[in-house]
Amino acid sequence: MSTNTLAQSRALDFFKRLFRVLSSLRLTVVCLGLAMLLIFFGTLAQVHLGIHAVQARYFQSLFIFWSPPGSDWKIPVLPGGYLLGTVLLINLIAAHAARFQFSRKKAGIILLHFGVILLLIGQLLTGLMAQESQLRLDEGETRAYSEAPRETELAVIDVTNPDYDQVVAIPERVLARASTIQQPTLPFTLKIHRFLPNSQLVMRAQDALASSSEATNGVGVNVAVSEIPRTVKDDERDLVSVFVEVETMQGALGTWLVSNAISDPQPFTSNGRTFELVMRQRRFYKQFALTLLNFTHDRYAGTDIPKNFSSRIRLIDFERNENREVLISMNDPLRYRGFTFYQSGFDNDDKTTILQVVKNPAMILPYIACGLVALGLVTQFSMHLTGFVKRRKT
Amino acid sequence: MKKTRSLVTWLIVAASAIFVLAPLFRHETESAFDLRDFGRLPVLLNGRIKPLDTVARNSLLIIHGRQTLRAEYGQPLSAIGWLAELMMKPEQADQQKIFVIRNPETLAALGWNSDAGKYFSFRQLFLHLEDIEQQAGLAQKVDAQLRSPFQRDIIKLYERVTLYHRLKNSLQVSGTEDFQKEIEELLKTVRPAPNPMDSGISSDALRRYAFLAETGYFFPIPPVPPASDPHQWRKMGESILSFVTAGNLHPAVQAYAAMATAFAAGDAGAFNAAVANYGGWLREHFAPRVRKADVESVFNSLQPFYSAMVIYVLVFILACASWLVWPQILGRHALSLLIVAFVVHSAGLGIRMYLEGRPPVTNLYSSAVFIGWGSVLLGIVLERFYRNGIGSATAAMVGFITLLIAHHLSMDGDTMEMMRAVLDTNGWLATHVVCVTLGYASTFLAGFLALTYILRGSLTSSLNQETARALTRMVYGIVCFATLFSFVGTILGGIWADQSWGRFWGWDPKENGALLIVLWNAIILHARWGGLVKHRGLMVMALFGNIVTSWSWFGVNMLGIGLHSYGFMESAFPWLIGFCISQLALMALGSLPPHLWRSSVEMQRPASARAVAATS
Repeated sequence: MSTNTLAQSRALDFFKRLFRVLSSLRLTVVCLGLAMLLIFFGTLAQVHLGIHAVQARYFQSLFIFWSPPGSDWKIPVLPGGYLLGTVLLINLIAAHAARFQFSRKKAGIILLHFGVILLLIGQLLTGLMAQESQLRLDEGETRAYSEAPRETELAVIDVTNPDYDQVVAIPERVLARASTIQQPTLPFTLKIHRFLPNSQLVMRAQDALASSSEATNGVGVNVAVSEIPRTVKDDERDLVSVFVEVETMQGALGTWLVSNAISDPQPFTSNGRTFELVMRQRRFYKQFALTLLNFTHDRYAGTDIPKNFSSRIRLIDFERNENREVLISMNDPLRYRGFTFYQSGFDNDDKTTILQVVKNPAMILPYIACGLVALGLVTQFSMHLTGFVKRRKT
Repeated sequence: MKKTRSLVTWLIVAASAIFVLAPLFRHETESAFDLRDFGRLPVLLNGRIKPLDTVARNSLLIIHGRQTLRAEYGQPLSAIGWLAELMMKPEQADQQKIFVIRNPETLAALGWNSDAGKYFSFRQLFLHLEDIEQQAGLAQKVDAQLRSPFQRDIIKLYERVTLYHRLKNSLQVSGTEDFQKEIEELLKTVRPAPNPMDSGISSDALRRYAFLAETGYFFPIPPVPPASDPHQWRKMGESILSFVTAGNLHPAVQAYAAMATAFAAGDAGAFNAAVANYGGWLREHFAPRVRKADVESVFNSLQPFYSAMVIYVLVFILACASWLVWPQILGRHALSLLIVAFVVHSAGLGIRMYLEGRPPVTNLYSSAVFIGWGSVLLGIVLERFYRNGIGSATAAMVGFITLLIAHHLSMDGDTMEMMRAVLDTNGWLATHVVCVTLGYASTFLAGFLALTYILRGSLTSSLNQETARALTRMVYGIVCFATLFSFVGTILGGIWADQSWGRFWGWDPKENGALLIVLWNAIILHARWGGLVKHRGLMVMALFGNIVTSWSWFGVNMLGIGLHSYGFMESAFPWLIGFCISQLALMALGSLPPHLWRSSVEMQRPASARAVAATS
């Protein structure tokens, strides 16, 4: 019995100590210091890894691993963004739980830390829920979908019926992992022979040394493919290539090369139905469509320095009976049905616009957080200041 | 007594005012040509309408590295005097040794050895133009960041020669003997026709004007009144060609032709009359433009930031002296001089804002000017409270250093560039950029206050406990201020990004740099509140703030990646490293055991204990 209470009090002791550590200012300082290291090295790493790889590896991770050159070891050297953010969040909440007492003197501090909590939560939610894609429109073109610039999918399109297409889209990560893919609506199995995350395609005629192709059908027969390292540059894209074999109950139909570098769909027939294979950017369909009426690119007089870009767009939404013109320009986006369309770029001799499409349900949080922190800081410091001035005067 | 005191103060203020305004009354005595009015004529360059004087100064800065020509390179000249010569009397300008070549490899590649000196005229370079072009062509194929010093130097030389060549062919084709006569002939013989071949102009003349239209560096011909759209400014060649095809010779063409002929003939009277005539015509049709160009050329000749730098040095000396002798008197005069310098600094900033029609910070150059301004403002406030010379000395130091940095950043040409599309919003420039820059300014000020504390405390015995306590409070207060501004500024940047491209935070290097400053200031405050550091610890931490801020301000730009990278600045890299090392050394000095310091600032320990520690 007495040992039991002793154990209980020990456990209680342990939790008390843990709580004291978790709520301590020392932990805050350590976490903030580690955050500085993380950000500093995360910035340096962008030179070689590119911003997207760094985001995943440094800021949206639990640990940053380091492998000694020439070994497969993975040694955690720094806590990642998610881990640090979580510990800081716990530290903040614990500290306020431990020392919370509402007084006018503390109002600023409480306000600003509540703002910081909101900011951290907002960034976590954004990381989990936000969806970014791009919409490319030529002048006069209409589209009801946007594309993920860095994600590829293999579309198997049943074009038998002239009135509609039936699409099965297989995401890149499935292609990278799977060896066979079966889907109830497809009367065949897809076998993935080789997946190249980034590749270079050359016409076989121009490369005398190329080995014989794995492809037996389609354009791939005349193309030599070689794997190259994934790109780290912001303005370059990986060209994903896959050798895929189509196998029906009756036997194999052949092997095709599909790739981002081959934009034309490659047709074949199976069971009397016509299918097309095409590798494309992953698509997000919308319930409304946008048409680019025209794109304008203003420059400063006598220079090539861009002054403004703008896209005049027709927005058509049958569900909501919308049919109107909108103007999207730099610093002036279109917000519609949870999506925001930003002027992001242009191409094709100013005949094509590129819009950044963002859906972020947590978008409002940073605004509130910022207001709270600013208010808290101003309250707190002006209290310091007035107190200081009063003391100087007396 | 009080009266004489204020009299001395006013005398100091008056003397510095005379010093600042003196350049206005310094006329160019060396020539009878009215070059000052010539320099005020507005032209369009890089999207901005500016006086010829600005074109001259920036071009000379790029080509020669200075805004004036000194006697040792040929004949002493002002920038506008040099430009006038280059455009209208090129055979004389070609003999000025204005090209500076320091890199021995570049000299060797052009077939010179070190005996040839460092200064070359265009005439000397003329024989080597092909070599320069060929070498620069080879170097340009290499990625900008991988180029060797020689490759960078030869590209720079090529760009300088190109600029020189373009300036020379801006008003008239270089080598034209009598431009006015040529234009008069044109008016007599040419019958304007949509197809220039039908107009009666010779194919040789046609080729010359096409060359002029292509090569000319700036746009001297304004729109035809009443139009005033900046897109309708024309190059000299374009304007002449449009006369050939559509008629109506622009009066500005004739005006510039008259100036060119008079200048080449050495006829100062005719030149001045042509300038005055054209100036009058411009004033009649483009009054607001002319006014702006006038203000800009006055601004150019006043060089307010240079004057402010000189006064900051004086303030620093006075304030430091006040710690040794006559603290009251010297301290007060240091403060009044600091205020004068601040007024001059503010005036310069204000005129730039008026000329650009923008908030104060638009590029790296103006951020340096503004950081200095913000620090000096805070320093004046501190000095008003404490009156111990520390606010003045530190503010003067930061003001001087930042303006020196700004001066070096201005070497690339015009510091009032047009804003690229995404930056073209005064609202965000006025809020986000100003807040972040004030955050830089206050973090630097805190760091330099700490520097004062550590240097005075460790190397001199002048830091008494009262001053030490005052400095601690100053640093703490400024760090609070820095936290507020850098935090709000960083978050505003996030909101701008969210508004402009839908991403609140993108881990871009410059964003990360700003976040580092916020975090470091937050760490200082939490460490102080948690009792983890006391006075000297606070100072050492504030000093590290200098490193963090200089990384964020300059370091990230040197990575050459991200949205905010304004160009790679390899020349600044050794300076940045040197600065960081110096700060680390000072931090080490600040962390020495207290008994090794010459001043006794540790209030906790009684004197006897320290004496024991020192003897043992």
